[in-house]
Amino acid sequence: MNWKTKAGALCVALMASTGLARAEGVLNIYNWGNYTSPDVIKKFEEKYNIKVTITDYDSNDTALAKVRQGGTGFDIAVPSQTFVPIWIKEGLVLETDPSKMENFKNVAPEWANPDFDPGRKYTVPWAWGTIGIVVNTDAYKGPSDTWGIIFNTPDELKGKTNVVPEMNDVLFAATKYVGGEQCTDDKAVLKKVRDTLVAAKPNWIAMEYNTIEKMGAGDFKATSDWNGSALRQRLAHPEIHFFYPKEGYGIWSDNVVVLKEAKNVENAKLFQNFIMDPEVAAGLSAFHRYANGIAGSDKYMPADMKDAPEVVIPADVRSKGELQRLCSPEVQDIYSKIWTELQK
Amino acid sequence: MASAEEIARAADRKDIRDRWLLSAPALIIILVAATGPLLIVLVYSFLTSAAYGGVEWKFSPEAWVSVFLERDIFDDTLSLADANITIFWRSIKLALMTTVVTLALGFPTAYFMATRSEKTRDLWLFLITIPFWTNLLIRTFAVLQIIRNEGIINTLLMKAGIISAPIQILFTDTAILIGMAYVYLPLMVLPIYASMEKLDFRLVEAGYDLYASRWQVLRRIILPLVKPGVIAGSILVFIPAIGAYVTPSILGGGKNMMISNFIELQFGQAHNWPLGSALAITVMVIVMIALLVYVRNTGAASGERRG
Repeated sequence: MNWKTKAGALCVALMASTGLARAEGVLNIYNWGNYTSPDVIKKFEEKYNIKVTITDYDSNDTALAKVRQGGTGFDIAVPSQTFVPIWIKEGLVLETDPSKMENFKNVAPEWANPDFDPGRKYTVPWAWGTIGIVVNTDAYKGPSDTWGIIFNTPDELKGKTNVVPEMNDVLFAATKYVGGEQCTDDKAVLKKVRDTLVAAKPNWIAMEYNTIEKMGAGDFKATSDWNGSALRQRLAHPEIHFFYPKEGYGIWSDNVVVLKEAKNVENAKLFQNFIMDPEVAAGLSAFHRYANGIAGSDKYMPADMKDAPEVVIPADVRSKGELQRLCSPEVQDIYSKIWTELQK
Repeated sequence: MASAEEIARAADRKDIRDRWLLSAPALIIILVAATGPLLIVLVYSFLTSAAYGGVEWKFSPEAWVSVFLERDIFDDTLSLADANITIFWRSIKLALMTTVVTLALGFPTAYFMATRSEKTRDLWLFLITIPFWTNLLIRTFAVLQIIRNEGIINTLLMKAGIISAPIQILFTDTAILIGMAYVYLPLMVLPIYASMEKLDFRLVEAGYDLYASRWQVLRRIILPLVKPGVIAGSILVFIPAIGAYVTPSILGGGKNMMISNFIELQFGQAHNWPLGSALAITVMVIVMIALLVYVRNTGAASGERRG
């Protein structure tokens, strides 16, 4: 071989290898909007030389419907705990066995073996949080650690209270308020739930998602809300506070799964392992403002989240939290009928 | 041997066949694109709802039954679907009100524009189209900034000492109506202007010469002549207004559902795709009936005049 053919061969080899690297170096993430820390993604891209693309969705139903259709080109999705069992049952996700991954030792014990994915065979924790009540304490100074703010609104908050229109969350809260168990099919309880909701609605000003902006602008003085949203509100307006309802409040958790139709399985697994690193998990939290379920990540958390009562549940109310489930199709059917009657 | 006539006929046939063949791709695309998705919606409305979204390929009239009837959750009795009727009526009422408001505002606007000099007319026309340059969502949020409790209107009124507490406009039906009227106004103005522009104003002058009052001129001369524009404008406003989604959600606060929210609910949290499909078709049928009634009435009216 003379130098020319050598150089030529080298060129071909180089092109082949980079071409290969490019084919391997891709990861397509399908996640909720405004939820993925760009810093963490950049770190991941640099560490593994992988190009990441992110596509947004706005609800578990949308994500499920799209992935069911297939041919999405996504490698990773982040369904909530209520939907994870459906994804697993319908064979949409790959059994990547995160419990055997290197960083799994970092997962907090209470999140290492959840009901929605026993033994963590499919999922890796992304974020978790609570659903409670947010009150502007300038407008109402009474006791606010109760769903009564929503379902038996005090006079000061009448016509100033919002409810985030997540059907399952609202019905969970109303069931707790009337003293029932979540997802109960007891008609007597459900009837009480419906009557409570219908009677409460005239005191509400709206049912919408845009709480951060509207609480800030003063359109709402109280609302049901997610804890991370409440944290953002308090940081901008110190008079806004988050309360854990004493009747019992819902806990949710979003989890990273690898899709069965994923084309970049190895990269997706790398990502699952990567986000179980405490420093990386703290980076995710710094952006989405929720806890992450990774032990040791508190060291790296931003200062304003370390002791935030919204993120770190105070010891005295910890026992009132309950992981929310998706109810049976029969109960769901009753829920949507109650919901229609509520919003008609 | 073929006669000249036969050859000509064969050429004609070939011509016709070629024309069909050449336009076939376009026709097929139109047919598939226009009816394909609708057919899917129609088929889905007769299927069984699968658990947690989607459909099972099993025939079921359940969805159509629950468009009209509802089974009580607690005592299983069937009754007229009160919730559905309330929601449908709310949307239809709001669409009608939007049409009336835009007509009341749009007709004088179009008249004003049409009576300007030719040069300034173009300027006015240009001004009317400016809102179309901005996305609907952004325009709706702009309305929100104006009417909210700490928005422009309330702040000004409070500064001026006219009111002491803000007026709650946002999250009411009034807010939706303001938003919809603002969004759909150009759709009313433009068709009325188009027919008003063609109006021969000498007829108006002739009317005045014959001692007609202003009201008589408007009612007996202008209105009949611009009627096609008024009808076109009303249809253009009414149909999208009935399915409006963005404006009611943002300004209305989402407490009371519109048809569109109700349909969305079925495909989302309620996991009932067949019912969603059936509702969507029901809306289409309502709009179609409204249109037919409209067209027939106006057709009959113009026929009378001619006769």
